[in-house]
Amino acid sequence: MILDHITSGSAGSVRSSANSVSRRGFLQAGVAAGGGLMLSLSLPLANGEAEAADADGFAPNAFIRIVGDGRIVLTMPYVEMGQGTYTSIPMLIAEELEVDLKQVQVEHAPPNEKLYANPLLGVQATGNSNAIRGAWQPLRQAGAVARTMLVSAAAKRWNVDPTSCRPQSGEVFHAPTGRRIKYGELAADAARLPVPENVALKQPKDFKVIGTPAKRLDAPAKVNGTAVYGIDVRPPGVKVATLAQSPVFGGRVKNVDDAAAKAVKGVRQIVRLDDAVAVVADHMGAAKKGLAALVIEWDDGPHAKLDTDDILHELERATQNPGAVAQNIGDIDKAMASAITKVEATYQVPFLAHATMEPMNCTVHVRKDGCEVWVGNQVLARAQAAAAKTAGLPLGKVVVHNHLIGGGFGRRLEIDGVIRAVEIAKQVDGPVKVVWTREEDIQHDMYRPFFFDRISAGLDGKGMPIAWNHRFAGSSIIARWAPPLFTNGLDPDTTEGAIDLAYALPNLHVEYLRVEPPGIPTAFWRSVGPSHNVFVTEGFMDELAAAAKQDAVAYRRALLDKSPRAKAVLELVAEKAGWGQPLPDRVGRGVSLQFVFATYMAQVAEVEVSTDGEVRVRRVVCAVDCGTIVNPDTVRAQIQSAIMFGLTAALYGKISLKDGRVEQTNFDTYQILRINEAPAIEIHIVQNSEPPGGMGEAGTSAVAPAVTNAIFAATGKRLRKLPIDTTALKQRA
Amino acid sequence: MANTIKVNGTAHNVDVDGDTPLLWVLRDVLGMTGTKFGCGMALCGACTVHVDGVASRSCITPVDSIGTSGITTIEAIGATAAGAKIQKAWLDREVVQCGYCQSGQIMSASALLASNPHPTDADIDDAMSGNICRCGTYVRIREAIKQAAQSNRQGG
Repeated sequence: MILDHITSGSAGSVRSSANSVSRRGFLQAGVAAGGGLMLSLSLPLANGEAEAADADGFAPNAFIRIVGDGRIVLTMPYVEMGQGTYTSIPMLIAEELEVDLKQVQVEHAPPNEKLYANPLLGVQATGNSNAIRGAWQPLRQAGAVARTMLVSAAAKRWNVDPTSCRPQSGEVFHAPTGRRIKYGELAADAARLPVPENVALKQPKDFKVIGTPAKRLDAPAKVNGTAVYGIDVRPPGVKVATLAQSPVFGGRVKNVDDAAAKAVKGVRQIVRLDDAVAVVADHMGAAKKGLAALVIEWDDGPHAKLDTDDILHELERATQNPGAVAQNIGDIDKAMASAITKVEATYQVPFLAHATMEPMNCTVHVRKDGCEVWVGNQVLARAQAAAAKTAGLPLGKVVVHNHLIGGGFGRRLEIDGVIRAVEIAKQVDGPVKVVWTREEDIQHDMYRPFFFDRISAGLDGKGMPIAWNHRFAGSSIIARWAPPLFTNGLDPDTTEGAIDLAYALPNLHVEYLRVEPPGIPTAFWRSVGPSHNVFVTEGFMDELAAAAKQDAVAYRRALLDKSPRAKAVLELVAEKAGWGQPLPDRVGRGVSLQFVFATYMAQVAEVEVSTDGEVRVRRVVCAVDCGTIVNPDTVRAQIQSAIMFGLTAALYGKISLKDGRVEQTNFDTYQILRINEAPAIEIHIVQNSEPPGGMGEAGTSAVAPAVTNAIFAATGKRLRKLPIDTTALKQRA
Repeated sequence: MANTIKVNGTAHNVDVDGDTPLLWVLRDVLGMTGTKFGCGMALCGACTVHVDGVASRSCITPVDSIGTSGITTIEAIGATAAGAKIQKAWLDREVVQCGYCQSGQIMSASALLASNPHPTDADIDDAMSGNICRCGTYVRIREAIKQAAQSNRQGG
C-alpha cells in the first residue's frame, strides 16, 4: 500500500461515475475513470433510515478500483488515527482478491455523507470501534466479486472453463497450460461483465492475510518525520494563528488592547470574534508571544460562578427522581423486597479532556468564491458542511483535505475547531493555520461527561444477587450529535455497559436521566458509556462479592452459566494472572469483566499501594474474545493502548471548574501516564470464528474497575469515585 | 534580528526574535515539520531534538541560545548509527499508533542509545519519562530500545 499517494480529492472522479450507476443490487461494476474495473458497494445500514432517506436510492459507500497498471485502489471511508484501520481494512480486500497487501493502495475518502456513511452510525464517521464490525462482510464480498469477475474475464479471453483458472498474487493462472495474466490487464474486460449474484467468500481455513500480524503500512513515515498530520500542512503563503477563547464557557470579549501584541515582530493581524481573539503571525512563536501581550477584558456571562460541585449536586438531586427506563427485567420491587441483604452505593466519574498529542488545529483559506480546509478529522462530511455554513458558501465550493490524525479518542468527531478556524480565516487574506495552545486545547475541549450513579442490589440467602437497580444522571452526547438516536429519554451509547451485563441477573432495572451541565460542552471520549458504566457495575459487583464474603472471581463465575464466552475470558484471565496466589502486604489483585463493543474482555490488575497512599499498577493481565481477528498485532496494540488510556484516567483524569473556568491547563495539571509508571501488560486472546467485535475502546473501560478492586484487595478501601484519591489510601500510623 | 543556526549540517539564517523557541523556527520558518508541538512547556517531549547530541526540548530552547551548536532533527536522525538502530527497532516492534509523539520518542531514545549502548530499565525510565505517548505505546517503546541495544551487543 502506498500512503504518500493519499489525497482527499483523488476519488472525485470515482464519485461521479458511481452516481450514474443505477440501483441493481448489492454490488455494482463499472468502468473506472482510469479505464479499469470499479466496484462500488452498498454497506448494509444498521437501521436502513439513511438509505430510505435518499431519493436516488443507491448509496454506495466505498470503492475498489483496479486500474490498468494493476494498482488496486481502496477509497477508505475510515480515517487513520493510530488504530491501524489503514492496515486492517485493506487486509479484508487483499484476502478475497488474492493479492499481496502491498498491492492495495489507500485513498482518504472525500467528504460525502451519501457515499461514505458508516454503516453502523449512518453518518460518515470513524468511531465507536466499529470499522471492522461494519466492513467485515461487505468488504470481503466486494473483494470476492472482483476476484470472480477477473477470473471470468481471463477464462473468456483464453476460452477455457473458469474453474480451471486460479487467482493468485494479483494475476489469474491457468494451470493446465501454465498461462498467466495480471489483474490490471483484465480490468477493462472485467468491467464489462455482469456482476455475479452470489459469490463464495473464502473459508477461514484458507485465509492467508486475515489473522496474520501484518505490518502497519503507515509506520515508516511515522518514524522518519515525513508523515503529514493536519498541523503540518503549509499551503503557500500560510500564516499561523493562535487564539484565546473566553475562559468561561458562554462568555464574551468586552475589550481588547492589542497595541503591545501588534508590536511583536512577526505579528500581522489581530482577529477579534465575539468570544475569542486570535493573533495571526508569520510563525507560531510570534503568534504565542503576541497572544501573551494581548490585554483582553472578558464579560464572563451567565456561568461566571459555576463550580464542579454545583454540577455534582445537580446530578445528585436529579437521581432522587425516576429517570427513563433503559432496561427492565423481572420485577425489581418484588425481588428487592424479598432480599435477605441489601447493598447500596453511589458512584461518580468526572469530566475528562481528550488531550490528543496533536493539539487542535485547522488550516483554512477563505476566498470570495470558495474555501479550502486542511484538517485531520473523524467526520469529514460534517466538517465540510460546517465550513460551508460558516463561510457562507455553497457546499460544493468547500474542499476539505483530510490528514493523518495525531490522536482522536472522540475529540475529532467534533467540528468546533473547524468552525472556529473558518471564523478566523474569514478575516484573513490568504491561508491561515489556526493552532490551539495546549492550554486552549485542554480548557476548551468538549469533555467526557460527568456522571453520578445510585446503585443497589438485593442478595439472597447465599449472597447471590437477585435484584440489581441502577440509576444514573449525566449528559447525553448522542442527543446533540445524532438527535434521531435519542429516543424516549435514552440513547444507546450512554447506557452501554449498564443494561447489557454478561451476568444472569433475574431482576434488573436501569434508569437514566439526561442532565446537561450548564455551558459545558460534552463529547465522545474513548469508550464513552462503558468508561463510566463498567467502572460502576464492576466496582459494585466486587462490593457484592465482598458483602457475600466470596471470592471476586468465583462470585462472578457463578453468574455466567448462560454466557460461556464471558465465562471463558474470566477463567482465562484468572488462570494467567495467578488469581488466588499470595501477595505481599498492601499489594492486591482486582478483576473486571465486561461485554461492550461486541467484545468480551476480562482484566486482572495487580496494584501496590504504598503507606503514603501512592498507587503503583504493576501488571495488567487481559483476556479477550473479540471473535474473528483480522490482525492480531493490532488487537494487542489496541489493548495495550486502551489500558494505558484508561489507567491515565483512573489515576489522574479530572477536569474541574472553579468560577466557571477549567482549572487544568497543561500536562502538569492534566497528567498523562508516563513510561516509568506503565504496568507490564499481558494479553491472552481467545481464538474463534465468531463475527469480529470492536477493539479500539474496550480495554479502556475494563481497567479502572480492575484497579480500584485491586486497591480494595490491598487496603480494604472501596473507591467509588474517579480519579483515585490517594489521600484516602494513606495508612494511618 | 538574524540568527544563524546549523540544522542537520546546513546553516540557516532566520530573521526572528532571539527568544523565539527553536521549535517554531524549525516548523514554521524552515518547514521541517517532523518535530512536533505538544505542550510548549517541556512537559511532553514531542518537540525533542538533539543539540550537539543532547536531547533537548525545542519548545523552550530560544533560538539565540544555540550559538554554533549543531542541531539534529528527526529528519536526519536516521543518518546516525544510534538513530538508524532505533528507527529499525521501532518498525520491527510496531511501536507507532497515531505516531504524533514518535519523532520525540525516537529522538530521546537515540540520544539514550548513543550515550548508553546498554541501558537498563531504570535508564530507559530516566531517559524516556519526559516523553508522553497518549496512545500508550510504552510497552513497545521499552522493547524496541532493548532490541536496538541488543544489536549494539551484537556489534550491529
